[in-house]
Amino acid sequence: MMFSVTVQVTHLPGILDPVGATVERALPALGYTNVSQVHVGKTIRLMIDAENVEAARAQCEEMCQRLLANPVIEAFDISIDDVVPA
Amino acid sequence: MTSRVGVVQFPGTNCELDVIQVVEQLGGTAEILFHLESALGGVDAVVVPGGFAHGDYLRTGAIARFSPVMDAVARHAAEGGPVVGICNGFQVLCEAGLLPGALQKNAGLKFLCEDAVLRVETTDSALTNMATVGQHLNIPINHFEGNYVCDPNVLARLRAEDQVVLRYVDNPNGSLDNIAGICNAGRNVVGLMPHPERASDALLGSEDGLVLMQSILAACGQVMSMPR
Repeated sequence: MMFSVTVQVTHLPGILDPVGATVERALPALGYTNVSQVHVGKTIRLMIDAENVEAARAQCEEMCQRLLANPVIEAFDISIDDVVPA
Repeated sequence: MTSRVGVVQFPGTNCELDVIQVVEQLGGTAEILFHLESALGGVDAVVVPGGFAHGDYLRTGAIARFSPVMDAVARHAAEGGPVVGICNGFQVLCEAGLLPGALQKNAGLKFLCEDAVLRVETTDSALTNMATVGQHLNIPINHFEGNYVCDPNVLARLRAEDQVVLRYVDNPNGSLDNIAGICNAGRNVVGLMPHPERASDALLGSEDGLVLMQSILAACGQVMSMPR
């Protein structure tokens, strides 16, 4: 089965997010003074051919641990939709 | 026997020639190890120099660790051979798991290119065996992600096992415990953010990096004498 996967990679709490901080400082200049806690992360979309959703998720977890995220400084969240039966 | 130093070159590496120049200035020989090589060709020590390996895509060092040469570097490290990562090279060694922790963005959220004063914390490492504990070294930094971070257990171990090799006297980037450089448990793998190869001649403003570069050569099994 082909699965469509979206991985959200975000900074762990306490890890600096200069892009988020800069956006947060810029928004008040446009009049949006009620915004706080802006965080900017990464979205990674991919297709994966796996036997079932469990296998797809397990492989995505492994890929996140090994490459897509650095668990020392980043958290990740995996969401999976099945697309086409192969 | 002259010490032979292999200097790893990824696409985007930009400090390899500086490292080679200083190694040769100190009487060693140096050669480029292209990232597609699967063997180190018998070099005594490896330097992973600074730059932006693979464009720092995804994260600094994240792609570089999968270059074929890194398997050979890991084997060399496992056999006790000296491996030193400078700046981006430190980031690569952390991503490769040869050193613990990671380098996050500087606390001031700015790219830093300036001199930094370092304190030598241990002389028991491939990078500091010719230095003196407590010695201050004026060596430039040039990085955006130089803010060392690790979990509390790793930090406790680094402290207990004397694995913090260099600390900033005046922390420029928010680095945990003022850490500028660390080594592995075997003390043969060292990473540091400052650039000793750029402090290798009075014309450059400082020669304080020479003692570190000499230490790498000394770790090859040959003690080099200070020039002059």
